[in-house]
Amino acid sequence: MAYSNKVLDHYNNPRNVGTLDKGQTNVGTGIVGAPECGDVMKLQIEVEGDRIVDAKFKTFGCGSAIASSSLATEWIKGKTIGEALAVKNTEIVEELALPPVKIHCSVLAEDAIKSAIADFKAKRGTQIGGQA
Amino acid sequence: MSTPIYLDYQATTPVDPAVLEAMLPYFGERFGNSASRGHAFGWAADEAVGVARKQIAELIGASPKEIIFTSGSTEAINLAMKGAAAMYGSKGRHIVTTMVEHKAVLDTAKHLEQDGFEVTFVEPDSSGRVSAQAIAAALREDTILVAVMWANNEVGTLNPIREIGALCHERGVLFFTDATQAVGKVPVDVLADGVDLLCLSAHKLYGPKGSGCLYVRRRNPRVRLVAQIDGGGHERGMRSGTLNVPGIVGLGKACELCATQLNGESARLLELRERFEGQLLGTLDFTHLNGHPVERIPGCSNISFQYVEGESLIMGIKDIAVSSGSACTSASLEPSHVLRAMGVSDELAQCSIRFGFGRFTTTAEVDSAAAQVKEAVTRLRELSPLYEMALEGVDLSKVQWQADH
Repeated sequence: MAYSNKVLDHYNNPRNVGTLDKGQTNVGTGIVGAPECGDVMKLQIEVEGDRIVDAKFKTFGCGSAIASSSLATEWIKGKTIGEALAVKNTEIVEELALPPVKIHCSVLAEDAIKSAIADFKAKRGTQIGGQA
Repeated sequence: MSTPIYLDYQATTPVDPAVLEAMLPYFGERFGNSASRGHAFGWAADEAVGVARKQIAELIGASPKEIIFTSGSTEAINLAMKGAAAMYGSKGRHIVTTMVEHKAVLDTAKHLEQDGFEVTFVEPDSSGRVSAQAIAAALREDTILVAVMWANNEVGTLNPIREIGALCHERGVLFFTDATQAVGKVPVDVLADGVDLLCLSAHKLYGPKGSGCLYVRRRNPRVRLVAQIDGGGHERGMRSGTLNVPGIVGLGKACELCATQLNGESARLLELRERFEGQLLGTLDFTHLNGHPVERIPGCSNISFQYVEGESLIMGIKDIAVSSGSACTSASLEPSHVLRAMGVSDELAQCSIRFGFGRFTTTAEVDSAAAQVKEAVTRLRELSPLYEMALEGVDLSKVQWQADH
C-alpha cells in the first residue's frame, strides 16, 4: 500500500507524542478504539480558560492512524474548545490523502478529540456539548 | 536506498539461477509441444518433461507416473479435493480437514459443502499442530477424504504427517496433504508417510511461478480422480491442457537442487532462525513466538510484538520485505484465521509479523533485520498507549474500549 508523503512525514516525525498528567483538572483525556480492532488512540488536551494550550497523543495502530492523531494534535493546539470540536474527519482525510480503507483512522481521530474535550468538560463540571 | 532485505520466503522464492538456466532453452529453440508425437520438436519437449517428472518424483519418493502437472498448488488442491469428492462421493459424503489450512483448501472445502458434502474443520493446538488423535476423533464411517497441510504457511508448524497417514490407511480413508511449504524444506517420502495425494508448487522452492503438480498414488491404494479441466486428456486424463514445458523443466530442476541441498540448507536456515529469534525474543519484552518451538520448517519465524500494530511495524521496517500474516490475507485487514484458530487473541494477532528465511538469506541480513525490527518496535512502543498502560500495570483485558464503528 502506498502512503502519501504527509502520512509518511507524520509517521516518521510524529508531532506531540507524549502524556499529560491526567490527574490535573485542566487536562482532558480521550481513549478511543480497541486493541482487537488494531487501533487505539489516546489524545490529551491541556486547557487554559477556553483555549487548548497543549495536546499530546499516543497511538497503537497503522501508519494512517498514527498520522491522523498526530495531525489532530497539531490542529487543535492553540484552538478554543469550540474550534476544536469543529474539526471534521473529512478534513483529516483530505489533508493526509487517506484511501477509503483508512477513513476509519480519521473518524477515530475526530472521536479522540471529542472524547478528550468531553472528559475535560466533565472534570470542570460544565455542560457537555458535542460529545461523540 | 538499497534493495530491501527479502524475508518473505513463504510468500515466494527467487528463481535459482541454475533453474533459470535450465528453463531458458524451452522458451527458445526447444519450444515444442510435448504432446506432438510426430517430430523432433515434440520429442525434445516430451523428453524434458520426462526428466522433470523423475526429478520431482525422486524428491518426494514417488514414481514419475504419479506426477500430474498443474499450474500450481491452488489448482492441484482443487483437483485433489473436488476430483476425489466427485469420484468417491457415492461411498461417503464426509471430509475432514483443519482450521489452519491455506485458503485454497478452506475455500475448496466450503465449495464442497455447497455441493452437499459435510466437512469437519479440526481445531489445532496452540502451536498450530493437529494431532493424529484429533483427526481420528473426527473420522466417521462415511469419511472419504482427510486433508491436512504438511507445514503451515503462516507459522511454519509441521503436522505429524506420518501418523496421520498411517491412521488414514488403517481406516481406509484417502489422505491428501498440501505440502506447498514443506517440500524441499523437510524430508518427504510419500510411501513411508502414507500420503495418497500431495501438492507442491515450484515458486516456493526456487522454481518459477505458474508451475506445480499433484502426486496421485497409483497403488495401495490406486487413487482415481474426476478431472476438473476437460480437454485433450493429458496427464492420464486428470488434467488436460498443453503442458507448460519451461515451467515444468524449472520445477524439475528446482526439485533436483532441493534434493541435493536439503540437509545442508535446513541446518543453515535453522541456525539463521535461531540467531534471529535470539536477538528479538531474548531482548524485547512482551514478544511472543507463534507456532511450534521445534516442529517447524526451518525458515519461518512468526512473532507477535505486543502493543505494536503489525502494519505500522512493517511501515517502520521498510528496508525489510515481510508479511503480516499470510500474503493472501494481509490485504483484507482481518486478523489471521490461523492465529485465531491457535487461540491467539485478535489483539496479539494484529501485532504479528512473519519472517521467512531462505537459500539466499545471509547472516548479515539476519542481523541487520533484527536490529531494524528492534529499533522500530522500541520507537513504536514509545508511541503506543497500550505499552504505556501495560507498564503501568493496567489489565488491558479489563478495559472498556470505545469501539463502536
